[in-house]
Amino acid sequence: MTYHQPVPLLWWTRRRSYVVFVLRELSSVAVAWFVVHFLLLVTAVHRGPGAYQEFLDWSARPLILVVNLVALAFVVLHAVTWFNLAPKALVVRVQGQQVPPRMIAAGHFGAWFVVSAIVAWVLVVML
Amino acid sequence: MAGARKPAEPAGRVSTAKPSRVEAAAWLMFSAGGMVTALLVPVLMLLFGVLFPLGVLTPPDHAGFAALLSHQLVRILLLGLCVLALLHWAHRFRYTLFDGLQLDRTRTAINVLCYAAVLAGSVWAAVVLFA
Amino acid sequence: MPDTITLQVARYRPESESAPTLQEYEVPLREEWAVLDGLNYVKDHLDGTLSFRWSCRMGICGSCGMTVNGDPALTCGTFLTDYAPGPVRVEPLANFPVIRDLVVEIDDFLHKLPEVKPWLVRDDDGGVDDVEFLQTPEQLDAYKQYSMCINCMLCYSACPVYGIEPDFLGPAAIALAQRYNLAPATSAHQRLDVLATDAGVWACTYVGECTRACPKGVDPAGAIQRYKLTAAARTLLPWGKR
Ligand code: SF4
Ligand code: FES
Repeated sequence: MTYHQPVPLLWWTRRRSYVVFVLRELSSVAVAWFVVHFLLLVTAVHRGPGAYQEFLDWSARPLILVVNLVALAFVVLHAVTWFNLAPKALVVRVQGQQVPPRMIAAGHFGAWFVVSAIVAWVLVVML
Repeated sequence: MAGARKPAEPAGRVSTAKPSRVEAAAWLMFSAGGMVTALLVPVLMLLFGVLFPLGVLTPPDHAGFAALLSHQLVRILLLGLCVLALLHWAHRFRYTLFDGLQLDRTRTAINVLCYAAVLAGSVWAAVVLFA
Repeated sequence: MPDTITLQVARYRPESESAPTLQEYEVPLREEWAVLDGLNYVKDHLDGTLSFRWSCRMGICGSCGMTVNGDPALTCGTFLTDYAPGPVRVEPLANFPVIRDLVVEIDDFLHKLPEVKPWLVRDDDGGVDDVEFLQTPEQLDAYKQYSMCINCMLCYSACPVYGIEPDFLGPAAIALAQRYNLAPATSAHQRLDVLATDAGVWACTYVGECTRACPKGVDPAGAIQRYKLTAAARTLLPWGKR
């Protein structure tokens, strides 16, 4: 009789890298929460200036603020891990030479910075 | 889980499987969603979730913001962001349940629930954005 | 440096016990001794009933993989001094059924390897004998890393998905498939039916642990991730078909 080694139910608590993996996967919940929060914001804007201000006040309440801070941490984790993994799936060749994985990751981080700057500029400076 | 493990099957089993177009599509949407959310969500979450509510930065004034949100192109782009973000969530979350909690046996139910949530969320997003 | 170190070795004797137990042995701690040397000392001097696999003692046959202090490792390339003052826990590779002591059953892996057709597959039936397949150094570089695999199965042992879903084709088999997919003389779509399936690349959630465990720098996780893009394009795009 061979012995089948059991996999503990919470196997991912056994190893640091597994914990990081599960946290990375759970960042998707923060992404979903972002959609909910954002759609509530848009709803409030459509209702008028009063509702918009009310929504901002609601978001400033400690509980919501903590949720949003945690969500922010998770979406940053998502972005960083995502861009670091990008060169794994994407192998780019320029004139027969493979572009080094570091360059591809750097390109993604650069794009992240540019996109964030544009969004922030539109929302903070233009409006 | 020890006894539940299947013994090794004889050679030839895997080759009878079919390429899964559904999983391919789910992964592609997950990836597209992962890319747009990684680029856009952190800054939006930082601004609307933290800095604007706290008053660290002045939130956009209502008139200008409402005008921006009524722009057709902006609406389409935001709908795309919301739908892709939800598709990204659904794929990752269901696999977290399958593997992280070993809910392999309830695969079909979890799949249905996750993608039903995506559908509901997408309809909500369309209604809200195009109101 | 103390001159001995304790090995805590997993013992499993199916004829007399239903689950493994740990047994302690005191072995000499020498600068140049790998964990495998410690096990061989036990076998030769302390307890001849201990069973384990090994052959080359130079990290090339891939048969001495075990779990050392919780990590999958080649015991011939893992040194006792790195674990001093000990103890060192030596267990069989995780995720595989144990036959006896440190010996695991590898049939599942051996059945999966040929599934991916690890040889050159061509669309035209041109005989291999009368053509030369030339390749440039760049073309070789594209897959060379995947050809370094020694079938040690450390990656399977490190992969939680394989532990939970034993049907998963697994890291080394998919990396091996990519080794032939990326070779210039072969046609990649031949392996689509095996790779682009629920038990193929789509089961992988990129834990990345296989790549960390691999003693040969194969990067199976990268191979799988890269094939996902190929698989999606070939199964979904009308012109990606063949
Ligand atoms: S890919 Fe690496 S870890 Fe996996 S079997 Fe091959 S050499 Fe061993
Ligand atoms: S004995 Fe051959 S790889 Fe260790």
